[in-house]
Amino acid sequence: MNEARRSRKEMLDWINMISFAVDDVKLFLDSHPDCQEALEYFQDMKAQRVQALKEYAKYYGPLTIDTADPSCMTDQRWMWIDEPWPWQEGGC
Amino acid sequence: MWNYEKRLQYPVKISQTNPRIAQVIISQFGGPDGELAASMRYLSQRYTMPYKEVTGLLTDIGTEELAHMEMICAIVYQLTKDLTPEEIEKYGFDKYYVDHTLALWPQAASGTPWTATYLQSKGDPITDLHEDLAAEQKARTTYDNILRLIKDPEVCDPIRFLREREIVHYQRFGEGLRIVQDKLDSRNFYAFNPEFDGKNCR
Repeated sequence: MNEARRSRKEMLDWINMISFAVDDVKLFLDSHPDCQEALEYFQDMKAQRVQALKEYAKYYGPLTIDTADPSCMTDQRWMWIDEPWPWQEGGC
Repeated sequence: MWNYEKRLQYPVKISQTNPRIAQVIISQFGGPDGELAASMRYLSQRYTMPYKEVTGLLTDIGTEELAHMEMICAIVYQLTKDLTPEEIEKYGFDKYYVDHTLALWPQAASGTPWTATYLQSKGDPITDLHEDLAAEQKARTTYDNILRLIKDPEVCDPIRFLREREIVHYQRFGEGLRIVQDKLDSRNFYAFNPEFDGKNCR
């Protein structure tokens, strides 16, 4: 994914969409653990979610503690609290 | 949004059941100074907290309290696993068992059900942080009381971990209170409420 950087809102919309796909298929797999089609769908969605979260963290700050990498900290500062909270204006 | 990690924050491995002590420890699940009340307190207070450092503390400590609730439940579960009707009677577990079998249900040691009246979300950062500091100390005392009653090292170990976290949280909330007060007028911290009058007075 090296095309032109997407806007914050575009990336967030994408993360919300791909994450919901993971949430939904996760429930389905809990009750259908052998469904190959669902397993493939899960792997595909999960990989895209991990990638999207990494990319978002790099440009706009981490949404999860596992993507709070040094590469996304501008001036050696803890950025976890810097972005707006999800219930606030401008939040995710 | 939350995600579940399929692990305990600190391991719980108890080989010897003890339904009598389980009925005491369950208070840290659904009792007045328990982990469920702690989590709901912080996760309720955080929405109107006007300072991002403190919102961060309330979010992250409120989340950790859910993990502590899971540890307490794991301890109670392991202390009451595979009990026979004879053991249930012998150790006075019958009054809990009749309503919940061996399932987990949020109640105090006295049997009183969990209630939101155990916590306050007052909408004033100084008031809420004092509530939070007091809550951590009350939970610490409860763990001290529990530790006086336990002899089994496999139970003591995770309880000691939980007790230590109360002290760490107390320290962090103290720093949160300092951050709030540094942003207010030191001649009168109560001149206005930054969660309510903030827009007009800051």
